[in-house]
Amino acid sequence: MNMNLTLKIWRQKNASDKGSMVDYKVSDISPDMSFLEMLDVLNEQLINNNEEPVAFDHDCREGICGMCSLYINGEAHGPDRGVTTCQLHMRMFKDGDTITIEPFRATAFPVVKDLIVDRSSFDRIQHAGGFISVNTSGNTIDANAIPVNKHDADTAFEAATCIGCGACVASCKNSSAMLFVGAKVSQFALLPQGQVEATDRVLNMVKQMDEEGFGNCTNTGACEVECPKGISLENIARMNREYLAASLKG
Amino acid sequence: MSLDSKVPQGPIKDKWTDYKNHIDLVNPANKRNIDVIVVGTGLAGGSAAATLAELGYNVKAFCFQDSPRRAHSIAAQGGINAAKNYQGDGDSTYRLFYDTVKGGDYRSREANVYRLAEVSANIIDQCVAQGVPFAREYGGLLDNRSFGGVLVSRTFYAAGQTGQQLLLGAYSAMNRQIGRGKIKMYNRHEMLDVVKVDGKARGIITRNLITGEIERHSAHAVVLGTGGYGNVFFLSTNAMGSNVTAAWKAHKRGAYFANPCYTQIHPTCIPVSGDHQSKLTLMSESLRNDGRIWVPKHMKDVEAIKAGTLKPKDLAEEDRDYYLERRYPAFGNLVPRDVASRAAKERCDAGFGVNATGEAVFLDFASAIQRYGKETAHVKGLNENDAALVKKLGQEVIKNKYGNLFQMYEKIVDQDPYNTPMMIYPAVHYTMGGVWVDYNLMTTVPGLYCIGEANFSDHGANRLGASALMQGLADGYFVLPYTIGDYLSDDIRTGPIATDTKEFEEAEKEVKEKLNFFVTNEGKHSVDYFHKKLGKIMWNKVGMSRNVKGLTEAIAEIKELRAQFWKEVKVPGTNEEYNEELAKAGRVADFLELGELFAKDALNREESCGGHFREDSVELDGEQKGEALRNDKDFAYVAAWEYKGEPSDAVLHKEQLEFKDIELKQRSYK
Repeated sequence: MNMNLTLKIWRQKNASDKGSMVDYKVSDISPDMSFLEMLDVLNEQLINNNEEPVAFDHDCREGICGMCSLYINGEAHGPDRGVTTCQLHMRMFKDGDTITIEPFRATAFPVVKDLIVDRSSFDRIQHAGGFISVNTSGNTIDANAIPVNKHDADTAFEAATCIGCGACVASCKNSSAMLFVGAKVSQFALLPQGQVEATDRVLNMVKQMDEEGFGNCTNTGACEVECPKGISLENIARMNREYLAASLKG
Repeated sequence: MSLDSKVPQGPIKDKWTDYKNHIDLVNPANKRNIDVIVVGTGLAGGSAAATLAELGYNVKAFCFQDSPRRAHSIAAQGGINAAKNYQGDGDSTYRLFYDTVKGGDYRSREANVYRLAEVSANIIDQCVAQGVPFAREYGGLLDNRSFGGVLVSRTFYAAGQTGQQLLLGAYSAMNRQIGRGKIKMYNRHEMLDVVKVDGKARGIITRNLITGEIERHSAHAVVLGTGGYGNVFFLSTNAMGSNVTAAWKAHKRGAYFANPCYTQIHPTCIPVSGDHQSKLTLMSESLRNDGRIWVPKHMKDVEAIKAGTLKPKDLAEEDRDYYLERRYPAFGNLVPRDVASRAAKERCDAGFGVNATGEAVFLDFASAIQRYGKETAHVKGLNENDAALVKKLGQEVIKNKYGNLFQMYEKIVDQDPYNTPMMIYPAVHYTMGGVWVDYNLMTTVPGLYCIGEANFSDHGANRLGASALMQGLADGYFVLPYTIGDYLSDDIRTGPIATDTKEFEEAEKEVKEKLNFFVTNEGKHSVDYFHKKLGKIMWNKVGMSRNVKGLTEAIAEIKELRAQFWKEVKVPGTNEEYNEELAKAGRVADFLELGELFAKDALNREESCGGHFREDSVELDGEQKGEALRNDKDFAYVAAWEYKGEPSDAVLHKEQLEFKDIELKQRSYK
């Protein structure tokens, strides 16, 4: 059955504007629509009424690029689990519902416009150490020269599936980026290729994370619950171990 | 201008090595004085930017997303091919080359494809060294899977997220160079024109998508790695922002556009559910390793399934038509994508589609679950005859292999594919056509290069699964860095390229005028209104099956729609702010031109080859009756179109394809 909904949406013209919540109505929303398709309907309606459409980030619309965000009814990526906003479907809502839509909020994620935030702080953490320093000449050793224990390889892969959306930061009362950074540190810590630079990597990435204004981790676990990719808290524990070992060495 | 592919002389297996031994190099000190612009940060652009920076060039990289990590390469699922022959199943560089040329229905350039196969093994070594976590076997070595159209297992993968892992690998290589200051990254910037000085590409005009500022950027060479144009169909598996604009602007500045009609319609996508649909989602081809495709044999069962009175899993084996296994016994469910897509369309056109729209077939994992379940029970010494146990064990194996895809399917369709067959239908996925490039990956504009999906070169008329990732990374990591050096060696004394020249000024003025037009045109329809209309024309008349009447109509309709667009498009807001509608308007304007050229190219090519199927070119009898019929005598060429104003005025240039190492044959998968 199609739905009529009330939307309360954060509107903010640009980074320096104060911003406020504005109410909108949409009707005849199919339960098979994705959440972003519902917003497409709203925007088409706004354009036709000579109003300004709501700006939101999105691109792949299949849950992998990490571009979409949105804080929906008080939860990053909304009420469903294990999905991004673009994969959230309207069948999760009921006719007559009021839905509150806000941007991801954190000091390190300033609002650009409406529901769009600037997550370049995440990129800068990666610049600080989220890589293995190997030249791209192709003249490396054969890929099968170093066997990797399947369990470690699988765990590294799971950590590497982080899409960098920022839901962990938005869900954390301290706006901590520990899950995001822990995932990258873990991926390389679990693989033999990552060992050489392990010490510098964790120290540099954590330093950059602190400089960007992300908060501390107080182990509430909210990040893991809201993570659309199910990145585990173990990654934070592993990063803490790596950090401690690196600090003692360093 | 005549087309010179610049393919080196000599035997095919020595061409690339000889070429590399004889090109001009730029010494490290001089590289510091040379700037290169790379547009797009997917597998091709990202790997090129990282490598060029590492070599010592000053790189400026651009992407329209908020981070290079978002490029749509990230959504590639199944895997990446490489001729490693780790499985010992007879794979070799030659065999990968052969499969790719055959899979492309003999419409690609042999020398390029051979080079691609040759560097493929290096890609895997490189990615593993970067920490890309490919799937491994219990012994710790890399695992492989097989893909459509080939008889060996050469595909490396990371669950159903191979593109993500490879892109994050390239992104990490970029990050290292950004951290060192060798790449200057411009996120949320869209390229709106190429600037030519004295006939050479020397810069680009961009729009900062946040502030609306129009910027001039200069360099000694410009590289486009801006992806394909599948969104000309509105609905496709591409990302919402994927567009043809950079490639099209290059075309308008003199780069020929090759084979626009070669489009891959991927057989296994989630069917359209309604008019609200904004994009389509792919279910990896790797699923065809384990899934069997079928529709009911009898119309009464189709109707019962549609009415909900019969569950698909309850339909008896003998009442099912596994049409790929029936028609193509040698390859079965693993026929190439174009063949699988047309076969699905054929069944659905005959009325056997299994969902409400009549455009869906089943992809069924029940037998794979049984097979894996029994195998696992046997290995673990459990009861192989315990049906519930076997099912549970089998489902676990499937979950390990395809878990993320099954979850994605369930979220979108609201059905559990572990217990009921998936429904799938073909959707636009990849474009083999693109900007024409020579062996050096240079376009017909000197100093303007094009890599990855954006160029036309390696896949002919149909791309095999797991070859897009291979090509993107091959171009960016291992081919372009050599070929561009040969060109740039002439620029060591040029010095920085000034941007305060009339060429930059004029290009910027044109860009600004167009943007101003959009925000001041008080039209009555949104950009999407036109995009959807264009998509409908393309899908219905220039889609999976094409004929003269439909193509002729499409050309006229697109032309008319384009005229209407320029009169009636409505773009809210201003230029000096974040304005997605404005960005979309520019992209759709270019799609409206490309779409017409696309149809014109399809009309010109009076043969069926790969993804291009002409109803008037089919086998009339014999074993291959009804299959696509190629015409090598008249059409074994690359159609490269030169811009002359309106798409209808485009001038055709032919690059004749020579097949010296592979014999031209009818593709048979029977």
